Amino acid sequence: MLRNINIGQYIARDSIIHKLDARIKIIITILMITALFFIDSFKGYFLFLLAVLFIIYLSQISFMRIIRGLRPVLFLVLLTLILHIFFTRGGEVIWQWRFITIEKNGLITGLFMVSRILLLIMFTSLLTLTTSPLQLTDGIESLLRPLKRFGIPASELAMMMTIALRFIPTLLEEADKIMKAQMARGADFESGNIIRRSKNLIPLLVPLFISAFRRADDLALAMESRCYHGGEGRTKLHELKVKTQDFIALFISILFSILVSFF
Amino acid sequence: MLIELKNVTHVYEHERGTRVLKNVNLEIRENEFIGLIGHTGSGKSTLAQILNGLIKPSEGNVIIDGIDITKEKVNLQRIRQKIGLVFQYPEHQLFEETVYKDIAFGPGNLELDPEDIEIRVREALELVGLNYEEFKNRSPFNLSGGQQRKVAIAGVLAMKPEVLILDEPTAGLDPQGRRQLMGLLETLYKKEGITVILISHRMEEIARLSTRVIVLCEGKVQFDDSPEKVFAEVEAIKKLSLGLPEITEILHCIKERGFDVRTDIFTIDGAVKEIVSKLRRKDIC
Repeated sequence: MLRNINIGQYIARDSIIHKLDARIKIIITILMITALFFIDSFKGYFLFLLAVLFIIYLSQISFMRIIRGLRPVLFLVLLTLILHIFFTRGGEVIWQWRFITIEKNGLITGLFMVSRILLLIMFTSLLTLTTSPLQLTDGIESLLRPLKRFGIPASELAMMMTIALRFIPTLLEEADKIMKAQMARGADFESGNIIRRSKNLIPLLVPLFISAFRRADDLALAMESRCYHGGEGRTKLHELKVKTQDFIALFISILFSILVSFF
Repeated sequence: MLIELKNVTHVYEHERGTRVLKNVNLEIRENEFIGLIGHTGSGKSTLAQILNGLIKPSEGNVIIDGIDITKEKVNLQRIRQKIGLVFQYPEHQLFEETVYKDIAFGPGNLELDPEDIEIRVREALELVGLNYEEFKNRSPFNLSGGQQRKVAIAGVLAMKPEVLILDEPTAGLDPQGRRQLMGLLETLYKKEGITVILISHRMEEIARLSTRVIVLCEGKVQFDDSPEKVFAEVEAIKKLSLGLPEITEILHCIKERGFDVRTDIFTIDGAVKEIVSKLRRKDIC
């Protein structure tokens, strides 16, 4: 039951988008999202959508997969739309029923916000779908490195992220096992009101935390016995290298974001 | 009859395609001691969890005391009380402040009176060989690994199961711990009349007490017979990357060298008797 949670939604494909340098992909994502916030016409959004569709096509990931990724934000999107439709004032009245009115500006701003959120999610999920969690942390580490001067421990942060990602499936498995073991002793995780249910989680959470601490201890020991002493001077197995295609991609997206910002 | 599996097939959703169990048919009767063996990934643990309703098989029926637990609206809690399951490394499930509270968790879920719970906790602790007065107020996290495991097993025994399934209960224990645990299983089986299903990779443990050995291979029941007959299939057993009990292995070696001894013996005492009697007959000693 816990296995349905999908973390690190990376889908391996052999595409141009997958092969791009993680850092470049992160930069492009930030760039495009910033551009997205400068767009103030539906034409601009349409252009942006075309670009997203083109990248999806290049990445060889099925369109449906991206759409499915939008499901969790559906509630947020609907809420935004409804709030704007009913509460933003201005423009001509489109529809009226007693004290409830829908005005033109409300509808337009609502649709505007919805397109913005949807495009935002689509683009960022493209990043996580085409970049493995490890590449992603490597990229973040490399981008944060200049900030070391200001006391930001980039490589330690990256190591923490890597370890966290690494242990999510392990902990889920462990949780599943402990849950079953307690269910075998008659524990009930599925019925009762919210207070009762959260109280019933104690037999699951206590052993889970204990085993997480034990694992942390073991891992720290194993790392130290293999001479880990922080990120200082540590070399990498897979060096990130910026290639020509990365520059081209970056160049195109800079051009595109400038262009799209004028719409 | 206690448990009956009919055409049980199971597929894990997240591992599409791989069938962990394929068309398994089993009958488990009262007061049997079953050894369940098979190499890693052969479906033993899945089978164990199907037997007490933790996993609902994708296909087939599981009938326990005449009730088909694969049907909707079956009170699984009652089934799980009847069929206790001790997972691998059961000490990882301990969570309470005191040993008493942890063992009382199961009976508490059965909504028993406090007096009944106390009786059960005392009995369970004494069954696993821990002194009630000494251990009841200690924190389970300050015990040794072996003691923790005993407490965890006591937690299952306090449910008063009719069938006890143990998934590699001796893994990671020292020789003394293993001996004590096997002693406990013997007591449960012989004195308490509990049906025991033991999953283990140690053939000696399986051979010592089992009245019946089930061999799983890639989700199928390969053998289901008395230990004598199963361990006679030397070639097949080795092909399944399993082994023979050490004593039996030794007897096989002796036989191979031309000395005709029986090879269906699993205990040191039995082997000594057999060898001595054969030697006597030949007037060698």
